[in-house]
Amino acid sequence: MTTLSVSAVISPPPRFSHRSLSEYVGILLVLGLVTSSLMATAPALDKLSRGAARLFAPSGMLTQMFPPDFSRIIPIGWKLLETLQMAVAGCFLGLLLAIPFAILATDRLSPHPWVRNVARAVIALFRTVPDLIWAIIFIIIVGLGPAAGVMAIMVDKIGFAGRFFAEAMEESDAGPQDALRAIGANRLGTIVSAVFPACLPSFTATSLFALEKSVRGSAALGLVGAGGIGVDLKVAFDLFNYDEALAIILMMLALVITVEQGSGWIRKKLI
Amino acid sequence: MNAPTAPQCSQAGSTYVEPVLVVGGFVKNFDGRLVLNGLDFAIAPGQSTALIGANGSGKSTLLKCLIRLIEPSAGQIQMLGRDVRALSPRDLRAFRAQVGIVWQRHNLVPRLSVLSNVIHGVQSRLSGPRAWFQALAPADVRGEAMQCLDRVGLADRAATRVDSLSGGQQQRVAIARMLMQRPAFILADEPDASLDPQTGEEVMALLLSLVREKGLSLLMISHRLEHTLEFSDRILGLAKGRIALDLPTSQADAASLRRFFDHQEPA
Ligand SMILES: Nc1ncnc2c1ncn2[C@@H]1O[C@H](COP(=O)(O)OP(=O)(O)O)[C@@H](O)[C@H]1O
Ligand SMILES: [Mg+2]
Repeated sequence: MTTLSVSAVISPPPRFSHRSLSEYVGILLVLGLVTSSLMATAPALDKLSRGAARLFAPSGMLTQMFPPDFSRIIPIGWKLLETLQMAVAGCFLGLLLAIPFAILATDRLSPHPWVRNVARAVIALFRTVPDLIWAIIFIIIVGLGPAAGVMAIMVDKIGFAGRFFAEAMEESDAGPQDALRAIGANRLGTIVSAVFPACLPSFTATSLFALEKSVRGSAALGLVGAGGIGVDLKVAFDLFNYDEALAIILMMLALVITVEQGSGWIRKKLI
Repeated sequence: MNAPTAPQCSQAGSTYVEPVLVVGGFVKNFDGRLVLNGLDFAIAPGQSTALIGANGSGKSTLLKCLIRLIEPSAGQIQMLGRDVRALSPRDLRAFRAQVGIVWQRHNLVPRLSVLSNVIHGVQSRLSGPRAWFQALAPADVRGEAMQCLDRVGLADRAATRVDSLSGGQQQRVAIARMLMQRPAFILADEPDASLDPQTGEEVMALLLSLVREKGLSLLMISHRLEHTLEFSDRILGLAKGRIALDLPTSQADAASLRRFFDHQEPA
């Protein structure tokens, strides 16, 4: 059926489009950045292979890790529970505070462009500084222990959820909000009765991601003394109790997987 | 600066009635581009007035300016006895509460029940959680919302989620929400536009029957010539930023109106 005459066939475009000089310079710069970075910081291959061989030696870490030592499972279990509680508490407080921050950070709902810019800057700051640094700061404020960890998780979550809550509200349909404003509803009424219901699925998904992130993050906070299981892991490594370290890692893994599976299940149910 | 002319109740003869809406010297430009350039008209209470004009002639802009969802550029608006342009933010809210709007899109809040959406109309006079969701609303508010729903024929769907209703049903829920507002004036911007002809006609008929039974005033835009002729008492035509036509509907004929409906011009 389809016998195309040769003259009707249009030749395809060239394989590579022509680049300008500035594009070549840009590519060269990127290549230079990558190679110089690799040379400056990546481990030498021989060092890496020697280290890997040592891992498997009879006294090496990997060999020592097996079998994992679960003899202190009860105290470790309690610390794991504390880790989870820190994550839940910090995440809850963070999500709660993220809502007003997010409202103030949207174009449509913020009372003033200045307020919006400040709220956006605060959210960006909270998000950009890593939670371990927040933990160190809060240890200085409230002392060692889980309270500092909770505060760190909270601030990190305001940054994380604040951004996504604000995006969801910004993208939500303006029609119902305008309709309520036209009815004579006040700002709070418009937000609660028109914005929140529309954003509920997105808010829920963000909150569940925030919880997963909090659980993963809270395991590390103990490394700097902000409570939770991290400190036990650090002590086990410092005392060369590699078998107990593996037990702790496995239990952390189990917790993280459980939370991720659970939140995945909830997400599927709700949306 | 002078007060605009008295309403032209041509069919009523000599009896003078206080107008519910007086627009004088009204101008609206967007960033220097004139859209409405000097409108003068007045509307008597209890009337259904149709606003017609080609696409982009400024019909929606005029409606939104009347309740200052868009700020007018110049001119006067007297509506329901208020100098609309002089209202403080607080008074503006109280004023808007008296004006019900039916939009082309129903603008209901998705994911909420029909009843919750109707109860939102009470935010014209109540604030706080009791006006946010049906579950938190007091018994009298729920009862009034059910009456409004009954008026539009959807009382049996009160517990249904609005996003599961058909387009025509959603538009009727939006009208019930507007009734909940207890409006004195209704603005309707192409309420029939996104509906099939039959359903659109039912919605227009519902609006007109509300006007007749409650003595409300209606200023409506319809993109259908037949609806304009069937559901209005008076027709205002916009062209080139001005009122180019002002007739009682009884004196209007389809041929002279056709130029205001661009999609019905011969291709
Ligand atoms: N927010 C706005 N900013 C700038 N121009 C607008 C805005 N809203 C409407 N316009 C312009 O004003 C004119 C009238 O629009 P509109 O009132 O929607 O017309 P109609 O409802 O009669 O179709 C159009 O040319 C439109 O592009
Ligand atoms: Mg329009």
